[in-house]
Amino acid sequence: MNISNREYGELTKKRSPNSKMYKTLPKAFLIGGTICTIGEALLNLYSYLGMSEENAAALTSMSLIFLSALLTGLEFYDRIAQHGGAGTLVPITGFANAVVSPAIDFKSEGYVLGLGAKMFVIAGPVIVYGISASVVYGIIYYFVGLFMK
Amino acid sequence: MDMLMEYVWAFVIGGLFCVVGQLLIDLTKLTPARILVSYVVAGVFLGAIGVYQPIIDFAGGGATVPLTGFGSLLAKGVKEAVDKDGLLGAFTGGLTSSAAGITAAVFFGLLAGLCFKSGSKINEK
Repeated sequence: MNISNREYGELTKKRSPNSKMYKTLPKAFLIGGTICTIGEALLNLYSYLGMSEENAAALTSMSLIFLSALLTGLEFYDRIAQHGGAGTLVPITGFANAVVSPAIDFKSEGYVLGLGAKMFVIAGPVIVYGISASVVYGIIYYFVGLFMK
Repeated sequence: MDMLMEYVWAFVIGGLFCVVGQLLIDLTKLTPARILVSYVVAGVFLGAIGVYQPIIDFAGGGATVPLTGFGSLLAKGVKEAVDKDGLLGAFTGGLTSSAAGITAAVFFGLLAGLCFKSGSKINEK
C-alpha cells in the first residue's frame, strides 16, 4: 500500500480511539511484566538445575526465543501482540517475533532472498546499531583505561 | 517471601520497561523497529555507565528479558573482552556475550520459517 506520511498520520488518528492510553499502558504493563516473570522463573529453574549464572541467562533467552518462534508460527503471538503492544515488543520475545514473522511471511519469495534475507528486516538494524554502540563503548573504555593507569 | 518478592520485582520492573515503550508508541511516531533499536542502544549505554547491572541484580528477569538487557549484555561482553585482550576485545566481546541469543533467533527463525506457512494474517506491521 502506497500512502504518504500525512495520509498515514490521518489513518493513525482515525485508529487511535482503539488505542487509548488508559487501556494500552496497563495492558503493556501486565503482558510485558508477565513475560519478564516467565523469564525470571526460567532463570531460577536453570540455576536450580546447577547452571552458572551466565549460562542460565543465556538458556533463558534461548528458551524465550524458542517459545516466541513457536507461538509466532502458530499465529498466537501476534494475537497477544494486538493487546500487548510494547508489552510484547520490548521483551526479547518481541525481537524473536520480529525475526520469525517476516521469515514465514516472505518464504513465498524464496529461501534465500525471501526467508533468509527478510528475517533481518528488523533484527538487522537492531544488531547493526547494538554491536556498533558496543564497539564504540569498547574503544572508549580501552583508551580511558590507558590514561587511568 | 524473598522468592515471592523476586517475582514481584521482575514483574513490576519488566512491566515498567514495556510501559516506557508503549508511551513511545502512543506519544511519538516511533515504529516498532526504531523502538527496538533505541532499546538496544540505550541498554549498551546504561550498561556502559554501570547503571544497568544494579537493575539486573534487583529485578532479574525484569531487566534481562527486555531488549535493554540484550544491550547491556553487549556492553558487558565488550568490557570483559577489553580487560582480557585489549582493543581487540572491543570487536570480539559483543558478539561473544550475545552469541546464544543471536544464534537462537537466527536458527529458530529459520526452523519456524521452514515449518510454518503464513496464513491470512492482517498485515499491520
